[in-house]
Amino acid sequence: MNNPDASDERGDPAVVLEDGVAKTNDPVSSAVARPGATTRRHEPGEPPRMQMPEKLYEKRKAVHNKRIDGPFRRFKWFVMFVTLAIYYGTPWIRWDRGPFAPDQAVLVDLANRRFYMFGIEIWPHEFYFVAGLLIMAGIGLFLVTSAVGRAWCGYACPQTVWTDLFQHIDRFVDGDRNARARLDKAPWGPKKIARRGFKWSIYLAISLATGGAWILYFADAPTLFGDFFNGQAAPVAYITVGILTLTTFTLGGFMREQVCIYMCPWPRIQTAMLDEKSLIVTYKDWRGEPRGSLKKSLKDPEHFGDCIDCNQCVAVCPTGIDIRDGPQIGCITCALCIDACDRVMKDIGRPRGLIDYATLEACREEAKGHPAQPAWKALLRPRTIVYFGVWAGIGAGLLFALGTRSHTDLTVSPDRNPPFMLMSDGSIRNSYTLKLRNMESRPREMEVVIEGLPGARMWTDTLNARDATPSLTFNVPADQIRTVRAYVVAPSDTISSEFTFRLTSLDEQRETDRVETRFDAPAGRS
Amino acid sequence: MANKRIDAPTGTETVGHEWDGIEELNTPLPRWWLWTFYLTIIFAIVYVVLYPAWPMVDKATAGVLGWSSRGELAEEMRVADQAQQGFREQLAQIPIERLPANSDLMARAVAGGRAAFQVNCSQCHGSGGGGDQKLGYPNLNDDAWLWGGDLKAIEYTITHGVRWAGDDQTRQSQMPPFEGAFDNAQLNAVVDHVLSLSGKAQPNAAGAQTFADNCAACHGPNGGGGREFGAARLNDAIWLRGSDRADLKRQILNPRMGAMPAWGQRLDPVTIKMLATYVHSLGGGEDFVEVAKDPEVKVDEQP
Repeated sequence: MNNPDASDERGDPAVVLEDGVAKTNDPVSSAVARPGATTRRHEPGEPPRMQMPEKLYEKRKAVHNKRIDGPFRRFKWFVMFVTLAIYYGTPWIRWDRGPFAPDQAVLVDLANRRFYMFGIEIWPHEFYFVAGLLIMAGIGLFLVTSAVGRAWCGYACPQTVWTDLFQHIDRFVDGDRNARARLDKAPWGPKKIARRGFKWSIYLAISLATGGAWILYFADAPTLFGDFFNGQAAPVAYITVGILTLTTFTLGGFMREQVCIYMCPWPRIQTAMLDEKSLIVTYKDWRGEPRGSLKKSLKDPEHFGDCIDCNQCVAVCPTGIDIRDGPQIGCITCALCIDACDRVMKDIGRPRGLIDYATLEACREEAKGHPAQPAWKALLRPRTIVYFGVWAGIGAGLLFALGTRSHTDLTVSPDRNPPFMLMSDGSIRNSYTLKLRNMESRPREMEVVIEGLPGARMWTDTLNARDATPSLTFNVPADQIRTVRAYVVAPSDTISSEFTFRLTSLDEQRETDRVETRFDAPAGRS
Repeated sequence: MANKRIDAPTGTETVGHEWDGIEELNTPLPRWWLWTFYLTIIFAIVYVVLYPAWPMVDKATAGVLGWSSRGELAEEMRVADQAQQGFREQLAQIPIERLPANSDLMARAVAGGRAAFQVNCSQCHGSGGGGDQKLGYPNLNDDAWLWGGDLKAIEYTITHGVRWAGDDQTRQSQMPPFEGAFDNAQLNAVVDHVLSLSGKAQPNAAGAQTFADNCAACHGPNGGGGREFGAARLNDAIWLRGSDRADLKRQILNPRMGAMPAWGQRLDPVTIKMLATYVHSLGGGEDFVEVAKDPEVKVDEQP
């Protein structure tokens, strides 16, 4: 349904014309395709194609990005150091929680089903906090994308950070762009083997550190670190490290931009959420085109635009695309091409910003001759403000829930078999299993009181029936649930009715919880 | 056979058949798929050699590793038993009357007893120990005990059973049938008296006399029961076989008496100990009248 008019394709040698409809016979990669390519298809009414595309598979072309320096490159360095420091360093941060809880600041304790994050401790039944964080992450995606486009892809995504790291290793070992391309083409010999071996062992070391750091989040880091090298750690630790080492090694060392273009759903989702008001990295074609070399454009300044076709923007690109083809899935908006182009523009004395962060709308205005709009103005618009409001509202709600949650809880399950017991003096006994939850990391005294059942007294399986009282005090160990069998006895004239167990922590917090449950009496008396 | 031509656009050979102009390309399997397939064949051969595989007449071929699922289960059970060994030995060493002082061991014994109870006892006493009034299986949750409700008495009852012919130390007692001994008035009077003991009827002087003459020897002058011969307590609210007049009359004229197997013949002493602690923990357990004085005394029992 969406076969575009062929007129704009005329003259392109890669396009064959069949019955007035243009089709390409070139292998098409989404990284280089024109926007219409993905939607062009064979219509039922068309005669069969006489020529099949030779290959649907595009072989990866190695990306040897050139070294560049500039404000965005420095920002990328900064983000890389911060994110790597957070990833590798966090498990080693200590956080004192007293003698009854681990002292690791961030710890996902799967064995004991606790999640610690600095001052916050989450139990499995409070998993909605994690769900809330995930919802915030989802809306955060909307917010960031509508405000600054694919900033996550460009700077903070682990795939980007590790790819960047590995590309620096490439440069460190093999030299810059041209040297690396030369080495790629060179035949295998002792020298190349030595170089590749050295480089790949650095890859492997980084990958091992990456996989190794992951498991430290799940156990006491210093202990596990020691155990890991002594062969004392659990098999699951070695398996996890093995898998993550392998994925880091292949995804970061070899697949790189292929992950972004072919594997990752995020760019597709983000692309769908971008609109003409989103900040993207874009080439201002009305200013640059038609391109021509510096020499040509100096001779004929009227005819040529600002772009001198120096290809620096392509050379520095970590995903190997040409930004001048327009917005595309391969562009992670890392803005290194802006650095490269600004430097060239400065050298040849033309204004910066031929490639720049801009919205498509601003580009259109600018092309018409209106003054350029500062980029930050794109941030403040209803869509981003609404997203921010929702995002912040959920965050505030979570914080509120976290601040006001109770660290004390009681659950009661009555025995159903037998539902009630007659005692020899005629009184009626019911049995209950009480679970007293102490979420503080210190032992606490808790009092359980029966309310709403006149004359009722209780004892436990460790207490004698003679010592039955209407209220009992238990010592609940730190950060644990204590299970208690409670036998509640009521006078013989008691009828089946609802009553309440009330739990009170006997400390300055005096947190309480009430649970209504049922007291069963013999049939005919209720 | 057929016309295996090379398909021009793809450069692939066709399978050689043609159906109404439709041809099929004989595209080779992907290499990775093929290798996976070969690997599964190799795996199967290795598996057949190592593990039981071919079904024969009565059993499968054994395989050189000698593995069997039964053997694996036996091994797992052995490991589980071994893990329990320390606990069972401890439990065998400690006299049952000193168990409540060791709350950790007690808790484990109760948990073990709960499992053993479901396997061995729940058929009659019910999974919650609630018993059955129609069939006369005693309720183990309450505080009425025919033969005593402290740990030692419960352990003895479980070990030797009740009225169990195969055990000469079994709990033995016999209530004589009073069929023909009382006339109707006497029977009504004694039923009145028994019910009056727990406040369910008006006192009856004639009945009291009959009771004193015939029943008090075992059930006690006030109907307090007698544990040495398992005579039921008659002045409480708990009736093993019902508290209607008809129930009482039937029980007097032609008493039914329950029996329980001597579990000492079928279960090991440690399991019986665990069962006793579990039954005791159901809420009606009694304290010992006297606690053993000498803590050094150890009973010698095989685990």
